[in-house]
Amino acid sequence: MSSEDAPHFSSRDAVVCRGVGKTWAAGTKRAHEALTDIDLDIKPGEFVVFLGPSGCGKSTLLYLIAGLEDATKGRVWSFGDLVETPSPQRSLIFQETSLFPWLTVWENVSFGLSIRGAGKEERRTVAAEALQRVGLKAAMDKRPDELSGGMRQRVAVARALAMRPKVLLMDEPFAALDVQTRARMQDFLLDVWRDSGASVLFVTHHIDEAVALADRVVVFTSRPGRIKTIVPIDMPRPRNLFSREAENLRIKLTDLLRDEVDRAFAEQEAFAVPA
Amino acid sequence: MAVVTRDSEPGAAAGASRPAAASRLLASMAGLDWLAKIWWAFLSISLFAGLWELCWAMGWADEKLLPPPHIFLSNIAEQGRYFNTATRWQVGQSMTEGPSAFESVLITGAATTGRVFAGLVIASVLAIAVGVLVRYYRFFDRLVLPTITLLSPVSPIAWLPVAIFLFGIGNAPAIFMVVVALFFHMVLATINQIDTVNTNLINVARTMGASKAQIYGRVIVPAILPGMLQVLRMNLFGAWMVVLVAESTGVGYGMGQVIMLARNTFNPSLVFFTIAVIGVLGFTFDWLLRLAQRRILYWLPDTAERLRVL
Repeated sequence: MSSEDAPHFSSRDAVVCRGVGKTWAAGTKRAHEALTDIDLDIKPGEFVVFLGPSGCGKSTLLYLIAGLEDATKGRVWSFGDLVETPSPQRSLIFQETSLFPWLTVWENVSFGLSIRGAGKEERRTVAAEALQRVGLKAAMDKRPDELSGGMRQRVAVARALAMRPKVLLMDEPFAALDVQTRARMQDFLLDVWRDSGASVLFVTHHIDEAVALADRVVVFTSRPGRIKTIVPIDMPRPRNLFSREAENLRIKLTDLLRDEVDRAFAEQEAFAVPA
Repeated sequence: MAVVTRDSEPGAAAGASRPAAASRLLASMAGLDWLAKIWWAFLSISLFAGLWELCWAMGWADEKLLPPPHIFLSNIAEQGRYFNTATRWQVGQSMTEGPSAFESVLITGAATTGRVFAGLVIASVLAIAVGVLVRYYRFFDRLVLPTITLLSPVSPIAWLPVAIFLFGIGNAPAIFMVVVALFFHMVLATINQIDTVNTNLINVARTMGASKAQIYGRVIVPAILPGMLQVLRMNLFGAWMVVLVAESTGVGYGMGQVIMLARNTFNPSLVFFTIAVIGVLGFTFDWLLRLAQRRILYWLPDTAERLRVL
């Protein structure tokens, strides 16, 4: 890319956002601004959680970083390259299952390799290795509908890992799981993250989840989404989530979010009652 | 969370999936499921026939106009002769020559079924191809979709003269009628199916670097298959309806011709016998299609039992 409009950042940064904004249905009556003025730097190997009320645009930002949507304002770079299209370097994991129901587990995991035209032997080997890392090698030949929700999300993680991504983008990946499964999945994700060395950008509206996982928590305002503040968490891992420190963090994040949720509610009520 | 364990080797398991499917089929045959189904089908038809017979017995249904099953089925041999329309238009051939009554029914039924099948195959291949192209190329969308939407509501009857102008007499006009009756709806149905494919599946493929052609070939087409087979099944019945209209005018022989003959000779028994034959043929065709559907769509769960709990 040209150096002229290059912002001040290290090209080693995993993700850099400068003045990023997104307006949906821009130029039409239904236009609404989802995100505005996002400046953010994410280091390689960093675990960052996006926390905010529903509809604050945190998922939108994830899509912009993935390259699945174009920003209406500003730019996104990843490791020095301008993000214009999706890339296998930045894998996205969705809230609901996104496995291909007509493929077996291992075929799902090696889908990206088959896109590149890899042979069956290679694909099976890579799939086995990735599934080993998520503890599901035994389920290789199953079909997605034979698995539980938690297992399906682990397969989705394995599928993302098989691409050896440098950035793992996760859009409320555990939201549909029950509380116990979610706690296990968080531990599992931390293991995977440590092994892979990738940066993780994790969207959630659960404060507990943010405290359990993040190196830094990016707190968003309600619509249009802005970065309200960034809260670093330097608790050592494995974290004791019942410690005084964790409790204080939860209180702090709850306070930060409360204003935004109140504001979002007020807006929705104003919207619901015609003037 | 339980990790599924499997004691056999994964490779061996993959190789064994086909015989396993066959043995599953055998197992379901061994159970009395299919027998129960036949029993219920028998009961369902008996009830309908029984009501009709009752109406006849009570004198409400005139047997000259609405002959009940025992009457129109009693002289199958005689009625079957009329199916010998295969050579009816050949000058100098009498009604007593040619194939036997039973053979005639078979020939006529096979001819009509063949037309339905050919029309259905041609219509679906064309419609899926056009539907995919419409979504794939924007200019194709703009160029073609207005005309398709315009022609969609035109009744197949309106196409009948066109079929005869273009193809004269024979198989071609009947097949053309089936194709033209199904094609336009099926294009619109294909487009609708494509539009409702789960965005996540497409986005997964995009982040893995799939090209547009790969996304269509590897994600969109398999994702729309279940819906398309459903559309195909719905249209199967449409095809059966249209083929009769086509045959009644444009073709030398076929079920439609028999119906016309029955009408012109005031033969209600023949009408009802032909209706019965068409019903059986259509039912069988649908059953075969459902079997194929279950084979092709191995990944879909059986949802028929979902509402039974209510």
